[in-house]
Amino acid sequence: MEQLLLVKYAEVHLKGQNRPYFQRLLLRNIRAAAAPFGATARLHDSRIFVSGYDDEAACIQGIQKVFGVHAVSPAIAMDKEDFGAICAQAARMMDGLSGSFKVLARRADKRYPLDSPLIAAQAGGFILQQHPQLRVDVKTPEHELQIEIRDQALLYVRSYPGAGGLPSGSSGRAMLLLSGGIDSPVAGYRVARRGVALSAVYFHSFPYTGEQVKDKVITLARVLAGFCGEVRLHVVPFTEIQQAIHQRCPEDFTTLIMRRCMMRIAQRLATRDKALALITGESIGQVASQTLQALACTDAVVDSPVFRPLIGTDKLEIIREAQAIGSYETSILPYEDCCTVFTPRHPVTHPSLRQAQRAEQPLLEEGQLDAMLDRAVTQAELLKITP
Amino acid sequence: MSNLIYLDNAATTQPAPEAVAAMTMALTRQYFNPSALYAAGYEARKAMEAFRASLASRLGARQVVFTSGGTEANNLAIRGLLQNARKPGRVLLSAVEHPSVAQACHSLRARHEVLPLPVDAQGLLDLDAASRLMTSDTLLICLMQVNNEVGAIQPVEALVRLRDQLCPDALLHVDGVQGFLRLPLLLGGGIDSCTLSAHKVHGPKGVGALALGARARLQPQILGGQQEEGLRAGTENTAGIAGFEAAVKAWPSARQTRQMKVRLYEGLLRRLPDLVLNGPEPQGDQAVEHILNLSFPPLQGQTLMHALEARGVLVSQGSACAARSRKPSLTLQGMGVARKRQDSALRFSLSHQTTKEDIDTAVQACAEAYTELKPYTRR
Repeated sequence: MEQLLLVKYAEVHLKGQNRPYFQRLLLRNIRAAAAPFGATARLHDSRIFVSGYDDEAACIQGIQKVFGVHAVSPAIAMDKEDFGAICAQAARMMDGLSGSFKVLARRADKRYPLDSPLIAAQAGGFILQQHPQLRVDVKTPEHELQIEIRDQALLYVRSYPGAGGLPSGSSGRAMLLLSGGIDSPVAGYRVARRGVALSAVYFHSFPYTGEQVKDKVITLARVLAGFCGEVRLHVVPFTEIQQAIHQRCPEDFTTLIMRRCMMRIAQRLATRDKALALITGESIGQVASQTLQALACTDAVVDSPVFRPLIGTDKLEIIREAQAIGSYETSILPYEDCCTVFTPRHPVTHPSLRQAQRAEQPLLEEGQLDAMLDRAVTQAELLKITP
Repeated sequence: MSNLIYLDNAATTQPAPEAVAAMTMALTRQYFNPSALYAAGYEARKAMEAFRASLASRLGARQVVFTSGGTEANNLAIRGLLQNARKPGRVLLSAVEHPSVAQACHSLRARHEVLPLPVDAQGLLDLDAASRLMTSDTLLICLMQVNNEVGAIQPVEALVRLRDQLCPDALLHVDGVQGFLRLPLLLGGGIDSCTLSAHKVHGPKGVGALALGARARLQPQILGGQQEEGLRAGTENTAGIAGFEAAVKAWPSARQTRQMKVRLYEGLLRRLPDLVLNGPEPQGDQAVEHILNLSFPPLQGQTLMHALEARGVLVSQGSACAARSRKPSLTLQGMGVARKRQDSALRFSLSHQTTKEDIDTAVQACAEAYTELKPYTRR
């Protein structure tokens, strides 16, 4: 008899000829998540088993965060020949539970003498005998004890939901514009969940923002790395560009032009990191730079697709999701992430691209903007953030 | 970082070498528990008691209780003094008290009427307004000796006279953290309790004291032992107390701190005529020797602080205890300073070690940073 974790995977099942590729990545990521607990993972019979852990609860939590995992169940694997022992084990696993239950049996080994309905009925009867406080409900049971007969018998009743999505690394890489706020980590999470590896860029405006903000962003990147593995975080010195915009461009356009500059830098770093898309935490109409017109103006400076997974969500929904992934507490730390000095009193909300380009004109003289962008990219600091 | 110019001495000071040596000695040689009955423990106790006695005589106190610092001493005084109050009454505190005083007072609101005493535009207690609030049912009045943000020396003696006249039974608690050693203070003069902290006078962090006058009767707030005559359970921080004692002994009687502060103020004013003084005139009797608070409109204080940091000059925006919250300064707010001026405020706090060269470099750095950043302020 062996205690192990049965990891069920979600969408990978739907893959056709690519399935082994996805399975391999998922196995690799689960191995990495289980390794800190001394556990090993193996792929067997198109399921993943984790065994040898020292701390079951912590190991389950680690695996729940792996993208591509549908659910994790602590299970018992035992010899399938002694059906009496299987029933006894099934009854033990129901200890302490109350309410309704059912037994779901699956006989993969078709040579097994009992068929699935018979396994379920006999095991269920035995459980009921041992636990008179339980009752059977085959339609909407509160607990579902599963018995699988393969080369061994596998029993499990508890199940913990996984993060879902696709295995990290299976969908290429994208560049996240990461501020210290609530939205961008959630946006990064949503895209990473689809198997995308993350690079991130943070714009640092010393002396307007201090070291604490940088540390806050590093902490947020670490939260994301807990799900998707290493995040390549680029810390870009942005003060010179902000000051130039503030000095030379019309005040109502400064935020928009700043966003355009951020996108240009993100694009250059993305090319360098072989990231195929940009990700932002924007949501329509949340602030002046997030109106449809403004978004069109920021998109116009980049070639890569820009993903905005929060585009149709409300702030409260984003906050709930931030709480669920564990970034919220860090995001609300009271350090200024965008210096109020540079926020115009009345930012333009319906800019046309032509107006934006005209407002930006003073920066473009003698290739100055390009030189500043180059400097920012060259002086960027790369931090490899691991969980 | 080398060549730092440290001008945040109201937040904490660099421990004096004498304090470090005394602590090392206490940790390596005299580490015995002062409650132990063998000779080595008794020696540790005697050393601690000698300092307690010298503090008591310096302050005219009946009793001195060692604590983990100023915050604990303020909590012990305010909550400990009022726990025995037979009936509800008034608790008065100046509008510019340290959060450890203000929040301890506000924790008593369920039973007592807690009211702030207004201050004037310089941060000094408004005695007229105070006298109107000092009713005969007043149980406790809290007034800091020196304000930690703007350096205003509060009229403690005048308040004592008012108290004796209007509500003689009310106890007076003085937070002496910023004034200790820099200004005289005597509990015999009508003050009932006074808070001290070691790390504001070149001693270590984690140790302070509450000095008690003849009338003060305290209930302990930390239970579990008979240390400190039952007023504060827990093994005494003998190393911290030894460091505190050494720092007090090493404190120089002749200091240039005020001259240096005035040099800083005048130097900055010459270079930056737009700056605004928060608090009393730096040369005057109402300003403490080491704290200078200035606003640099239209800059944000935080931006200028980081820019100074990059030039090796460390200052702060105000109280370190509030720096991590986004709330504006309670002191400047209490003084009725406009929000913009609050946001552009910086506190410079000196030590007796601050030199002329330090000041001149700081003035230069400040003028440069200000000039560099000013064009990029909100239009």
